Amino acid sequence: MSRRVRLGLFLLAGPGLAAVLVLGFRGLPAFGDYHGVYGRIVDNFALSARHATDFVTALNFDIRAFDTLGEEYILFAAAAGVALVLRGLREEGEGPHPAPPQQHGFAGASDALRSLALLLPPLLVGLGGYVVLHGALTPGGGFQGGVVLAAGPLGALVTGRYLAFKRIAPHSAVEALEALGAWAYAMLGLGGLVFASRYLQNYLPLGIPTHLLSGGFMPLNSIAVGLEVSGAFLLVWTEFLDQALISGRGDRS
Amino acid sequence: MSFLPFAVAAWLFVIGLWGVVSSQNLVRTVLCLIVTQSATYVLLLGIGYRAAGKAPIVADIPVVNTLVDPTVQVLVLTDIVIEATVVALLLALVVQAHKRFGSVDPAELRIMRG
Repeated sequence: MSRRVRLGLFLLAGPGLAAVLVLGFRGLPAFGDYHGVYGRIVDNFALSARHATDFVTALNFDIRAFDTLGEEYILFAAAAGVALVLRGLREEGEGPHPAPPQQHGFAGASDALRSLALLLPPLLVGLGGYVVLHGALTPGGGFQGGVVLAAGPLGALVTGRYLAFKRIAPHSAVEALEALGAWAYAMLGLGGLVFASRYLQNYLPLGIPTHLLSGGFMPLNSIAVGLEVSGAFLLVWTEFLDQALISGRGDRS
Repeated sequence: MSFLPFAVAAWLFVIGLWGVVSSQNLVRTVLCLIVTQSATYVLLLGIGYRAAGKAPIVADIPVVNTLVDPTVQVLVLTDIVIEATVVALLLALVVQAHKRFGSVDPAELRIMRG
C-alpha cells in the first residue's frame, strides 16, 4: 500500500476516530475522582489477607496470578519469535551458532572501562536479585527485577567485548533460563491445584508482613517470572547482537 | 487542569497513530507504535489515580491513607516489560523485510510473497 493510499484512508477514518475519542473521553470521571471498586477492595484486604505490603505485587503474583501466567507466556512467545525470525535469516536453522570472530569493538579500552566491565555484572545481578526477592515488601518483583538481572551480563559490553558477554551468558544457558522460568511458574500454579484445589491459589503459609518470606508463594512466583524475563531479554539481545556482529558482516543482498 | 492527563493520553495516541500511517521507514513505524501504546499507560494510570492518594505500598506508611488503584499499575508494569520483547519481535521482522526486499519503506513491500 503506497503512502498516498494510507494517508487517504487515515483522513477518511479520522473523523470517526475523533468522534469515538471525544465520546469516550467525555465519559471518563474527572482526574482523581476514582470510582472503581476493585482497587479499593484490594487496598483494604491485601495486607490482612495476603500479608504483602506491596499491593501491586500482591495483585501481580497472587490475586491476578492467572493473568500473569498469560503475560509471561506472551513474553516467552515473543522472545521465541525473535529467535525464530533472526535464526531463519542466518540460513542455518537449528544448527549451532557460528564461531564469533576473535575481536569486536575498540581494543584499546581504558583500564577504567575494563574494571567497570568487571564490576558492573555482579553489582547489577545483586541488585536484580534484591528487587526480585523483595517484590512482596517494597516496589519490585519479577518483572522489574528480571530486567535488572538481564542487564548484568550486558554490563560486560561496556568495553565492546561481545565475547565477554557470551561467556557470562552463553546461548544455551540463556535459552534454558527462559524455559525454566516459564516452566516454574506453571508448576507453581499446579501446586495450587494439588494443595488448595485451585490453579494458582496461594497455598504456602503467609508468614509475617514485612518479613522476606511473607506473602505465601509470591516470592516463588516472583523468582520464576524474574528468571523468565531475564532469560527472554538476554535471548533477544543475544540474537540481535549475533545478527549485527557475526552474520551481518558479509553483505548478502 | 483535571483533564490534562487524559488529554496527554489522547494526544499520544493520535500522534503515534499519525506516525504509523505517515511512516516511510518500518523502524519508525515500530517506534510510533510504542508511542501509541504509551497512551494506554497514561490513560490507565490516570484512571486509577485518587485525589491525594498514595502509592499502594504500605511498607512504611499506615494503611489508613488513601491509596491509588494498584490494578492499573500492575497492567502497566507487566505491559512495559512485555512490550519491549514484542517490539524486539517487530524489529526482527523489519530486519527480515530488509533482507528480503532490500528496503525498509513500507511502500516497497507491495509484493508479499511467502
